Amino acid sequence: MTNAAISATADPSLDAGEPAGEAHSLTSDAWRLLRRRPIFWVSAGLILLFLLMAIAPGLFTNTSPTAAVLKESRATPSTENWFGRDVQGYDIYARTIYGARASIMVGVLATLFTTLLGALLGIVAGFAGGWVDTLISRITDVFFAIPLLLGGILFMSTFQSDVNTSYFVIVMKVVLVLALLGWPSITRLMRSSVLQVKPNDYVQAARALGASPWRIIRQHILPNAMAPVIVVSTINLGVYIAVEATLSYLGIGLTPPAISWGVAISAAQSGLRSAPHMLLFPAMFLSLAVLAFIMLGDAVRDAFDPKTR
Amino acid sequence: MSTISTRRGNRAEAAAAPSKYQPQDGLLLEVDDLFVEFHTDDGVAKAINGVSFDLRQGETLAILGESGSGKSVTAQAIMGILDMPPAKIPAGQVRYCGHDLLTMPEDERRKTRGPEISMIFQDALSSLNPVFPVGWQIAEMFRKHRGLNKSESLDRAVRLMERVQIPAAKERVKAYPHQFSGGMRQRIMIAMAIALDPAVLIADEPTTALDVTVQAQIMSLLEELQQEREMGLILITHDLGVVADVADKIAVMYAGRIVERADVYDIYARPGHPYTRGLLDSIPRLDQKGQTLSAIGGLPPNLTKIPAGCAFNPRCRMADHVCRTDLPPLREVEPGRESACHFAEEVLRG
Amino acid sequence: MTKYVIRRLLQMIPVLIGATFLIFAMVFALPGDPTANKCGERPCPAEYVKKFEEEHNLNDPLPIQYAKYMGKLAKGDFGTSFREIPVKDELSERYVVTAKLATIAILFETVLGIFAGVLAGIRKGKFIDNLVLLSTLFVISIPIFVIGYVAQFLLGVKWRIFPVTVNANATGLDSWWQLLLPGLVLGSVSVAYVARLTRTNLVENLRADYVRTAKAKGLTTSRTIGLHALRNSLIPVVTFIGADFGALLGGAIVTEQIFNIQGVGGYIFSGIHNRDGVVVVGAVTVLILVYLLVNLLVDILYGVLDPRISHD
Repeated sequence: MTNAAISATADPSLDAGEPAGEAHSLTSDAWRLLRRRPIFWVSAGLILLFLLMAIAPGLFTNTSPTAAVLKESRATPSTENWFGRDVQGYDIYARTIYGARASIMVGVLATLFTTLLGALLGIVAGFAGGWVDTLISRITDVFFAIPLLLGGILFMSTFQSDVNTSYFVIVMKVVLVLALLGWPSITRLMRSSVLQVKPNDYVQAARALGASPWRIIRQHILPNAMAPVIVVSTINLGVYIAVEATLSYLGIGLTPPAISWGVAISAAQSGLRSAPHMLLFPAMFLSLAVLAFIMLGDAVRDAFDPKTR
Repeated sequence: MSTISTRRGNRAEAAAAPSKYQPQDGLLLEVDDLFVEFHTDDGVAKAINGVSFDLRQGETLAILGESGSGKSVTAQAIMGILDMPPAKIPAGQVRYCGHDLLTMPEDERRKTRGPEISMIFQDALSSLNPVFPVGWQIAEMFRKHRGLNKSESLDRAVRLMERVQIPAAKERVKAYPHQFSGGMRQRIMIAMAIALDPAVLIADEPTTALDVTVQAQIMSLLEELQQEREMGLILITHDLGVVADVADKIAVMYAGRIVERADVYDIYARPGHPYTRGLLDSIPRLDQKGQTLSAIGGLPPNLTKIPAGCAFNPRCRMADHVCRTDLPPLREVEPGRESACHFAEEVLRG
Repeated sequence: MTKYVIRRLLQMIPVLIGATFLIFAMVFALPGDPTANKCGERPCPAEYVKKFEEEHNLNDPLPIQYAKYMGKLAKGDFGTSFREIPVKDELSERYVVTAKLATIAILFETVLGIFAGVLAGIRKGKFIDNLVLLSTLFVISIPIFVIGYVAQFLLGVKWRIFPVTVNANATGLDSWWQLLLPGLVLGSVSVAYVARLTRTNLVENLRADYVRTAKAKGLTTSRTIGLHALRNSLIPVVTFIGADFGALLGGAIVTEQIFNIQGVGGYIFSGIHNRDGVVVVGAVTVLILVYLLVNLLVDILYGVLDPRISHD
């Protein structure tokens, strides 16, 4: 109440009643808020760093991640090997840098697919209504009933990989199962966004004027639904990275000789007592990556929904 | 209930010791040079800048103004429900029966809310807790302030609901806020506010969210209760039409100050401030059909940057250079009439 | 209300069938010989293979296989594992363990999560708020197997506060005590989510008009926050705890693996490793049934907590 009393006079531009203008000013308001938050810049910077690591690990290290120096097995961090060496005598720093690729690839691709599939199904369900909606909603329920990690474990063990399976195929398998089990949350979100917007006068008016469904979706539904979808997708990206690592840790995702944080953590277990650095660095990078995406999602949500701050 | 005619007659029934607060010569509330500011990221918003007024037993004062004029903030400052921070009260006094509420220990002050001073809000749906039955919410007053047990306090709640003319009160006492219509919800708010027979009732835009026909019913209920209990009533509104029949005096607020104060009929007949005149001109009137409605041009000032001189000067047609430099004090311009305009006499002449 | 529950139970049936069929298909449609590894290093005798195929209707089309399996399941026949132990017996034993583990985790996330969330919410922007926000973010971002492994190493191996692994034969209080650390690990991520959710909702509700009304009614601060605001803030938290139950079951597989707990999670995992489809499908079916029932319970509770939701 008190806030309303102030802002009513403080910012007359808020009075813009036209829906398109509202959405526009919401986005620019959000951006203005976002720019001021250090947490946004920190997470965005971290994400950029991890993306770079995934694309061009050579920028960060000249050491080959597969150059084993067995006699220096489990060497502790030194000026030469910043993160030390693991059981096989590999340079942990190099392996941690190269390990980013698997996690980032899984996270980005799985998010891309879940968001596209989820948004498409959600829009169709919300827009079409009737039996289409019922059917999609029931299918959503079915997939929602299978916990992500459980489904992932089942899927990966069904389509088990062996030594000859290429790195890329394994990564795509993980992406596939995450996409298969991850879309329902986006579908539900999108569907309810559509249902929220659909009864509004301006959408009804657009329909009455004969605007094509695609046009209505693009102009009226997407701008309103985008913010929550982006937030959930960003946070999910972090979750997917964690799931990939968990699957590798359990030995059914990526397996050696593939390089990934999950594999490294799994391997580090055997020598934790004598060489904790073997666990520390991959776990730290993994957590930082997850953290960066969750923080970014949080910051974006706060920016779009300032009252929760 | 109808036999009770003296103010605070319910006290005997409410099984309470006589209040330690007794009005002197009927004087209930004195707001004295009150300032309120909000410290926000965008700067300090000066919401109230030296407001003074009195309220007597049985008197109805209407505070009129646009949103952002400080009228609601004034009410909340009196009630002591401003969030501090961001709000800050750098100066002023709010005396209730001679006791300064602002310097009172918080617990003592809390105990005045309900039994002494009470408040109803604009949006009854959001102002009632959605997860508790309405009867429970009314009864909470008796349980927490009077220590009555559950069944006794629920009985009282039913009687209050009957008093504010809620049909089938006994059956509906366990219903939830969303199961009532807007008008009925506001009646429940009123029942809750008058439960402990307060001496002062503040109604903040009590009818703004309601249909016109329901507005009239709620206003007449408030008037009836006020006369029955001789409450001092502060009616906060942006709509002159709503309060005209009920209020005794009107204080017009602009940018955190009272710019005009007079009896209702005087203000209606002859406004004494250009802002009041602007407000009156923007109301459609049956007796002046065919004339163009003139709204006040411009926007209310940004409270972080209130213009120098008279705050209204950028929107005032009569503004002179003196208005841009000198702040006009609220002064008596005619017996019983006060205005804060350098040219009040001219305005009065029309 | 009864009508609503019945309707919801009926709605659950297609979901349960759909989800279990997916699982069934995944497990039994897998390429490869289902009797591989069952007779040691050598291939199984043809007789055994025939018996196995008959018992599991492996020669029927998949939907028929599934229907026959579910028919047996409905009669309480879960089949036998490749070690010839009835799945039903082992499941009922292991469910007790996992139920205990989940109980500890849920109690932990509810009590500590709400407590931390309230603390942060009422001190918004202050030190304690930032501490809660930061530490929860930290916990959320560390994968559960890292938390579990580090907790086991530090609290179990190094400082010897908790038992390192779980003894399947422990009884009474001991059986709870040894599950405490795994339970805390399992609940750790959810604790963080519950705390953040409670905080967000409380902060929002503290600004609500009805909280202003509660203040204007002259109620004490503790009643205004602790009853009026918190009661409303906890509604989404309850929903979250229900929805999160699925993640908890997934996490149980990892946690049971780390601490060597003889629960359902470990059972499923070893079933997967041994390619014992009967075990996997049976255990997962029950898991999903429990998950769906918990969600139904939460939905009903939601209606009780929020009178605006109508179940009629």
